[in-house]
Amino acid sequence: MAADDEPLIDEDAGRLVRPYTVSNGRTAPTRRLDLMSLVASTGRVGQSDLTPEYARTLRLCKGPTSVAEVAAHLRLPAAVTKVLLSDLVDAGAVAAQAPRPAADPSDRRLLEILLDGLQRRL
Amino acid sequence: MAYSDGSDPFPTAVKVLVAGGFGVGKTTFIGSASEIEPLSTEELITAASAGHDDLHGVEDKTTTTVAFDFGRITMDPSHVLYLFGTPGQDRFWFMWEELSNGALGAVVLADPRRLQDCFSAVDFFEHRRIPFLVAVNEFDGAYRYTAEEVRSALKLGAGTPVLTCDARVARSATETLIALVRHLIAVPASP
Ligand SMILES: Nc1nc2c(ncn2[C@@H]2O[C@H](COP(=O)(O)OP(=O)(O)OP(=O)(O)O)[C@@H](O)[C@H]2O)c(=O)[nH]1
Ligand SMILES: [Mg+2]
Repeated sequence: MAADDEPLIDEDAGRLVRPYTVSNGRTAPTRRLDLMSLVASTGRVGQSDLTPEYARTLRLCKGPTSVAEVAAHLRLPAAVTKVLLSDLVDAGAVAAQAPRPAADPSDRRLLEILLDGLQRRL
Repeated sequence: MAYSDGSDPFPTAVKVLVAGGFGVGKTTFIGSASEIEPLSTEELITAASAGHDDLHGVEDKTTTTVAFDFGRITMDPSHVLYLFGTPGQDRFWFMWEELSNGALGAVVLADPRRLQDCFSAVDFFEHRRIPFLVAVNEFDGAYRYTAEEVRSALKLGAGTPVLTCDARVARSATETLIALVRHLIAVPASP
């Protein structure tokens, strides 16, 4: 078992070798997830019931977290991360945000929230 | 997860892209503006899904990985802004396609030493009617263009804001994002 801080992707072995093995070679998730889809642990499945890769993935979604962030922390391609997360959703361990329509660029209320949020950071 | 009462415990995630040519300061900009260290991940791209004539260097592979980076800014408990950096090389245009899906708008960073490098980003957002502004990242010792010079060099429409920024400075990156949101508020909704 690789240490947590050791890259899962072995440059010499070819970048695609390791990631594919954790998802049994699958890159097609059973759920529609995109990079910004938010996922969160349901708390209904314990990590000890899962294989190490799934347990690591579950640990990364304690609170609502984007698929992109989970992928970055797992150091796995997003496509492979989506497979792991879909499996966790299917197992009831993780809840995924229901697909929402894309943010409307003319939604004045949303834009005001962004403006306030950004101005607070100045 | 949608509950039976129709509520959804997840915040609304919105996306803004940070684009521009190779080495223009996209990762630096995202790191300055983000509340987290910029993260990077890879997307698997299969050549079958690509079908473009400008795939030099990747045409011999069936699958390739494209790295992109992103940052996050929490606006309030129910709104999170994600910044996604587009890959700098034009040959990864198909990744831009995926990243731009659902984006509210974009910051196009321009390097004053090679303004023309952001042409393809400008083109991309104009064609997809994604609102954007051009921020000239002021590298030390580079010629200081006026906004009008940049506008005419890049053939920008009169409505597209042009400003300068220093991608290394949090305040400057944040001000650039504020200018983008003000621009979004000002542009009429597309038909
Ligand atoms: N002087 C100066 N240097 C900068 C500025 N912004 C970025 N740099 C430097 O320029 C280099 C490239 O910056 P990056 O942020 O990596 O650029 P990038 O657009 O992410 O590059 P790619 O992802 O490779 O396309 C780094 O060495 C930065 O430190 C700036 O505003 N002024
Ligand atoms: Mg970069």
